[in-house]
Amino acid sequence: MQFQDRHLRPWFNGDYLAILTGQGRTVAAEPRKLHYRPMTRRVVISGAGPISALGVGIDDTWNAMREGRSGLKPLTCFDPGAFPCHVGGEVDPETFKVRNVVPKSYRKAVKVMCRDVELAVGAAVAAIHDAGLKTPGVDNEDGHVIDPDRMGCQIGSGLIAADVQELTDAFVTSLGDDEEVDLGKWGVTGMENLTPLWLLKYLPNMLACHVTIVHDCQGPSNTITCSESSSALSLGESMRVIERGAADACLTGGAESKLNPLSYYRQTCAGRLADSRGLEVNDVVRPFSTEANGTALGEGGGLLVLEAKDNCDARGGRARADLLGYAATQSCDHDGMSATAEDIAAAIHNALRSADLDHESIDAIVPFGCGIPSVDAAEADAIEAVFGERAASIPQVLTVPYTGNCNAGNGAIQVSIACRCLETQSLPARLNTGTIDRNLQVGPAEARDAQLSNILVLSASQGGQNTAVILGKIS
Amino acid sequence: MSSERRRIVITGIGWVTPMGHDIESVWQRLLNGETDITPIERFDARTFPTSFASQVRDYDWTKFVKDPSLHGQPGIHTQFALGAARQAWDMSGIGSFADLDPHRFGIYLGAGEGVLDFQSYQKTCLASREDDGHTVNTVNWGEAAAKFLDGVGEVEQEPNMPASHISREFGIRGPVYNCLTACAASTQAIGEAASMMRRGDADVMFSGGTHTMLHVLGVTGFNRLTAMSTRNDDPATASRPFSKNRDGFVMGEGSGVIVMETLDHATARGANILGEVTGYGSSADAYRITDIHPEGRGPAVAMLEALADAGLDPAKRRDDGKPPVQYISSHGTSTNENDHIETLAAKKVFGEMAYDIPMTSIKSMMGHLICAAGAVEFITCLLMLRDQVIPPTINLDEPDPDLDLDYVPNVKREAELDTCLSNSFGFGGQNNTLAISRV
Repeated sequence: MQFQDRHLRPWFNGDYLAILTGQGRTVAAEPRKLHYRPMTRRVVISGAGPISALGVGIDDTWNAMREGRSGLKPLTCFDPGAFPCHVGGEVDPETFKVRNVVPKSYRKAVKVMCRDVELAVGAAVAAIHDAGLKTPGVDNEDGHVIDPDRMGCQIGSGLIAADVQELTDAFVTSLGDDEEVDLGKWGVTGMENLTPLWLLKYLPNMLACHVTIVHDCQGPSNTITCSESSSALSLGESMRVIERGAADACLTGGAESKLNPLSYYRQTCAGRLADSRGLEVNDVVRPFSTEANGTALGEGGGLLVLEAKDNCDARGGRARADLLGYAATQSCDHDGMSATAEDIAAAIHNALRSADLDHESIDAIVPFGCGIPSVDAAEADAIEAVFGERAASIPQVLTVPYTGNCNAGNGAIQVSIACRCLETQSLPARLNTGTIDRNLQVGPAEARDAQLSNILVLSASQGGQNTAVILGKIS
Repeated sequence: MSSERRRIVITGIGWVTPMGHDIESVWQRLLNGETDITPIERFDARTFPTSFASQVRDYDWTKFVKDPSLHGQPGIHTQFALGAARQAWDMSGIGSFADLDPHRFGIYLGAGEGVLDFQSYQKTCLASREDDGHTVNTVNWGEAAAKFLDGVGEVEQEPNMPASHISREFGIRGPVYNCLTACAASTQAIGEAASMMRRGDADVMFSGGTHTMLHVLGVTGFNRLTAMSTRNDDPATASRPFSKNRDGFVMGEGSGVIVMETLDHATARGANILGEVTGYGSSADAYRITDIHPEGRGPAVAMLEALADAGLDPAKRRDDGKPPVQYISSHGTSTNENDHIETLAAKKVFGEMAYDIPMTSIKSMMGHLICAAGAVEFITCLLMLRDQVIPPTINLDEPDPDLDLDYVPNVKREAELDTCLSNSFGFGGQNNTLAISRV
């Protein structure tokens, strides 16, 4: 309990459970309205747990990117032959099995986890380990370092597609004379072929549900569903939750897998997938290049531990980066509701303002850089608008050529990598085989050392949500 | 520092519900204890374990937007949200405020996912089987999808689409969020929107939620969970929160949207203020996938946090002898588990005083609007504060003997109301409570 800041709750000085059982309600003599803190509570990232085709955990992810090894491969989890893009970023099923990372007592629950949930549960364990935290979910007998009700959880999640095989197996039990599902039969017997908990596999908030159960996080928990901006928006929400004193630490980020036929179809209809036919794997995702014609999808994302600096210091944790600035904006002009340069630039300006920094102090940028020409162009135009002549000399870090676009989870991978850049004062290798006609540092490059004080991380979603996050080196 | 906290008020409300598409007529129907729960019309559900629902009817979204072609073919959840947002926008009068800054205008919705087109989906799946009659060939599936599944309809199912369409309709460029925490979503959205505005991230926000799960797989999913009432012979009495013979919730659909502003912003433009969000509490059960903690731990913490945030002491009566809150809008789903545990949690929070605080469920009349439920209930709280009257919990002829709070059975009641709580608890363990006060 020593890390709890009980004065944040003016009326409730005792333990909640004691209050609930009628013992130990303590009422302050004078009402104090201090629940929401002034906006001065410093917030740091104290752990990162990315999960993607590059591996599970920050070390595997970082090492692959240092060495310039992409995780994109011809897709094996289903045959995408009917769709334009045949490569993707799959998490290696041999190295990641969710039942191996949950406590023994929770193994039964694995059966009701869809892929997105598995990824989030894996990422959470990696993040908790990286942060040096103890929870019931990492086989710890001493219990929490952070009190359960001071630990929040905000996870970005996608529109989860039900498994087509699982449903088809049920459909075929209820066919009518026309070889289609007869709803009369479906209502009586067909639906019985679905497991009773079927619906709970696919609700977007099941990522946070399982993660909060495994790690006993009883603080505020939310699920943000704004496609590729979900991770960064979750990060912004976790920051707000900690600032206002509703939690001392939060698991935050996102995870998604669109590696299934229905999601592939949706992305195809939205015109977002690259046409990989006739291309080498390495040539499919070429952000900001003249040949770019779409993105490739990856499964993955990551969870981060966002923590009040006072809390992190008190428990002897190691801060990886300061969360200095954050802003979100909306693009609402285009028919496709996708990003506009003006609104991305507004997000960057607002994030700089919230960090009390000017653009001169940004030393590197991690753009979304997904390879969809209109999104790339909006990002590039925004970067040039904000940074002017300096834009050409700011190193950019590209993640999508390594992992594929991990959608709701993508931002968490970007932030994890930015943290490691700041910690190691170095930049990973950049993969890009396209022709670059923009005066930006987005072409191929080796890993190198670099002096980095502040890094800007961007996202721009299908739907128009844009975010800018500024991370600072721990001094 | 506390004096610097920005106050967040509501200046516009709107809803599209199974009981109507405008604020005042639906409000009157709620006060009268009416309901409109009938056999499902959208698909043939006659053989389903549950064959009825609370359904939005005769709704034309195009009447609520300036130019329907701007929106293409929005999903039903988006159609509901556009209508609710338009009503709230018009009531707030914010459109005629000359200094409105679109960059300081945000959105925080708790919108659900869109509707999967079941007929086309099953056709796609069945047409793509291998010779064994059940194994899906994914190449065939993709080709069949291109034939049967409408591309726009698929993209429009994304849960952020309602917020994106609202941004387009009203030219909003500030921070935009959508959260999806099942039945708790729109209460959580309003609470987090208030938190964003207190922080200074926006001066004006749309908040609320929208949802429909009234489609084959939605109803199937809840039927498999055995969470819904199966009172097919008498749908109108099926939603019976707190009653002895309740047997599950009744699915509804719709949207509730509000315009929130900082008090300074609302005052500066002379807006009519409907109420204030004075407190917000949020917690996670972290207990089980399907069950609420039997002690009501999460719901109680959400209420306690909302009270603390509002500067209210649940153990202390006001100087006039009244409880610190005079009404609770319960989550009140009519499931055995929820109503029992919510009652328990209210008693734990307020002790003996809980018996003096009316706690009702408009779900008894409206059904459960899932992601939109919290927003619609929040709006009814504002109307209660305005008119000083509490709509009833209907179908409560025979109370559950274990549930002995004041649920305002069957008949509305005049009451002096200054502050309400509104509870929403979601599948998955998210619990959220708002404190709402008269200004």
